[in-house]
Amino acid sequence: MSTDVTADRIPIKLRTEALEQLLVERGLVDPNVMDAFIKTYEKDVGPLNGAKVVAKAWTDAEFKARLLENGTTTVAELGFKGPQGEHIVVVENTESVHNVVVCTLCSCYPWPLLGLPPTWYKDPVYRARVVKEPRAVLGEMGLSLPESTEITVWDSSSEVRFFVLPQRPAGSEDLSEDELAALVSRDSMVGVAEVVVS
Amino acid sequence: MTVIHAASGVADLGGADGWGTAPVLDPNEPVFKEEWEGRAFAMSLLSMRISGANLDAFRHAMNRLDSEHYFDDGYYGRWLYGAENLLMDSDIIAPGTVEARATNMTGGHAEEPAAPEPHKPDYAPTAAGSIRVIDAPQRFRVGQRVRAKIMHAPGHTRLQKYTQGHVGTVAIVEPAQVLPDTHAHFIAENAQWVYTVRFDSRELFGPSAEQFSLNTDLYEDYMEEAS
Repeated sequence: MSTDVTADRIPIKLRTEALEQLLVERGLVDPNVMDAFIKTYEKDVGPLNGAKVVAKAWTDAEFKARLLENGTTTVAELGFKGPQGEHIVVVENTESVHNVVVCTLCSCYPWPLLGLPPTWYKDPVYRARVVKEPRAVLGEMGLSLPESTEITVWDSSSEVRFFVLPQRPAGSEDLSEDELAALVSRDSMVGVAEVVVS
Repeated sequence: MTVIHAASGVADLGGADGWGTAPVLDPNEPVFKEEWEGRAFAMSLLSMRISGANLDAFRHAMNRLDSEHYFDDGYYGRWLYGAENLLMDSDIIAPGTVEARATNMTGGHAEEPAAPEPHKPDYAPTAAGSIRVIDAPQRFRVGQRVRAKIMHAPGHTRLQKYTQGHVGTVAIVEPAQVLPDTHAHFIAENAQWVYTVRFDSRELFGPSAEQFSLNTDLYEDYMEEAS
């Protein structure tokens, strides 16, 4: 094992403050730029983007066909692009196939569509186990799939980002695109949950 | 001079046993659970820039951490430690500076090392991002049987241990991308075709494994024909 950080451990909050103080003092980092990055991912770029894509795909067959054919350019039609979205591949969940996404090596995630990854996605348990026993892991996370459903796990190891188009739930036939978008959870677009009508 | 720091191996988690119960979903969790996480996130992205590094170098700066630094302070903790590695690699800050400052901020007294003369990597990307347009023909085609090579990369790689030596089928030809193994160390972009390869779970994990398909991306250098 090797590491370059060998000093005694300092509480991470203090460590973060100390580094920020040093970099700001030396004119290397502008705290206003940091604030803007943080605000972008707290307020603007999050799973609502992905939910809009899903709702549109459920209500517009042509859009859906384009989305599955070329994810990157099709989500860009709605304005969704940027860091961690260089090339987006959309995979569709059906009665017979269930897709679930992971990044075992770090936590690669389609930021322009889903924002920054949730804690569970970054959890070493998820990263270690979902590529080896996905049915068991999904079950523990609350998603029991029929034995007849085939599972495909996507481990993001290049700059391609995978995005799951979940199944449209029964009972949603009369809902508008906006109402549908409100139903689509972040976790369903990674493949660890299903969309249900609330 | 190119210094290749070895990975600790701690990040290559896929297929590892002994990790316990799967995490619980929390649909309402905030983007940053604590304020420092947002600061560490933003500062890490900026540190990559001011160090003259790239995304692959940043990932490798995290993969060099020991298990304590990689895991104990969570995702944004490893980002911060990784960012510090980049800043030290490029002589933006001297080792021990952050520790001394933290001591001074909490009522102690420590001599802070002087700011060194920066030495950023001799490297300039040929384009933004990681995708490149290349002339080279694709060595593999959809439907072809391929083997993930067994490689002992001296430094960074995106070839997981659990796929190495196993045979799968090319499912998708992805855009050409810079090779993380050389890009992380500022040796070369080495842009090449990337393929999503589909593996049968039992090929990877043996006959008693759950039945499913595992798709992952392999760079051309990671692959060989399987007859």
